Amino acid sequence: MSEMRRVTAICNGTVIDHIPAGHALQVIRMLRIDTNRSNPVSLVMNVPSDKMGRKDVLKIEDLELNQEELDRLALISPHASVAIIRNYGVAEKRVVELADELVNVARCTFSNCITQNDREPLPQKLRVVSRDPIEIRCYYCGKGQSMEAIVENVL
Amino acid sequence: MSDVVTMDDLSNEEILSILDDSERLVPVARGDVHLPLLQGKVLANMFYENSTRTRMSFETAMKRLGGSVLNFTSVGTSVAKGETLYDTMQMVEGYADIAVIRHPRQGAAQYSADAVDIPVLNAGDGAGNHPTQTMLDLFTIREAHGTIEGLNVVLVGDLRYGRTVHSLSHALIRFGAKLTLVSPEALSMPDEIVSDLRSAGAEVFETSDLGDAVPDADVIYMTRIQKERFPDEDEYAKVAGIYMLDANDMHGAKDGMIVMHPLPRVGELHPSLDSTPNARYFQQAFNGVPTRMALLCRGLGVTIPKEVNT
Repeated sequence: MSEMRRVTAICNGTVIDHIPAGHALQVIRMLRIDTNRSNPVSLVMNVPSDKMGRKDVLKIEDLELNQEELDRLALISPHASVAIIRNYGVAEKRVVELADELVNVARCTFSNCITQNDREPLPQKLRVVSRDPIEIRCYYCGKGQSMEAIVENVL
Repeated sequence: MSDVVTMDDLSNEEILSILDDSERLVPVARGDVHLPLLQGKVLANMFYENSTRTRMSFETAMKRLGGSVLNFTSVGTSVAKGETLYDTMQMVEGYADIAVIRHPRQGAAQYSADAVDIPVLNAGDGAGNHPTQTMLDLFTIREAHGTIEGLNVVLVGDLRYGRTVHSLSHALIRFGAKLTLVSPEALSMPDEIVSDLRSAGAEVFETSDLGDAVPDADVIYMTRIQKERFPDEDEYAKVAGIYMLDANDMHGAKDGMIVMHPLPRVGELHPSLDSTPNARYFQQAFNGVPTRMALLCRGLGVTIPKEVNT
């Protein structure tokens, strides 16, 4: 059964395809999508994919992702395809690109990092040290951050 | 940028040039030559954590070059009232031309450097980095071996929390050192650092046996197991006193091998070692003065003359 028949087409919003299988829930958290919102969010997980074997797909109605949000997506799903849908058609395709530095995306998890003091005003910064395999460190303290920890500490 | 937060802030050429500058400044560091290169300049010595050698050698370095020093501790100041590091640094920028910071929190030096426009030198941030110590360590190694290239260096003790060995290992591998890391498993070098060293192509061996490492070493760099970085006393007791060197251990060593230690020592180095030709730790402590002079001059954009007349 094709993925398109699992979930109906959306009229307006964003479709995120080619999410690594099993990561759609993380993507929802990373994008800070309000799951209490009134508009539907459709999610399919572990569907067959020619390119990836298995993949997840996310359809968010009436929300167009901006570049800052795409930066967040790139952390978990650097090869995702993003399409902005207007009136049932693909209006724009957006490229997911992992920036070298992630500013105010997630809080450093290291308990002795200077940024643990909430009153310190400079932004949280994470540095992308390697893309494949992905390796992220705090810009200030240099401690490695696991993807799970980043998702847990999204700002 | 004139900040020095990690050794990545200095290129290999800059490291060698700072070592050359430091060598010329030795007579000034000893007080034999008067060279007021930093007259009128003010250093803020910001120590949020205990320090003896680092604070004093920065102070001596600044004063021997004719500058003056504001000494700051977190006790009895606005920090005790809850002032942020950001705010304190804004104030310091108004009072001083350059700041040296030691802080118990990792990343504090980078944070301070980003908060202000004056140059910031990292004098130790938690278990992070201590690059000015590395410069004096490299100076000491070059003084003994004539080079910092391609040496067998054994780093011993608390490699997890010991910031001196974090910065030093990064610097040494850029000059082709072969590193042997000797520590109990609980105090092994952090994964990020070992991964960085190996991906830079360095030969890195990890062991818990110091005895095996002595015969091939050009440098043995001992460190103290730092009680203050342990969450509880029992964990500390398990590893305290695990590595010790005395004069007898020097018999199996190569000619010219040197023993270094950032100090203070608490038993890792027996006093019998002090009178051996291998012992360099007190000389190493003195070397903090000329190297920090050179780093202060670099930070303030002051060129050190090619000839320093004695």
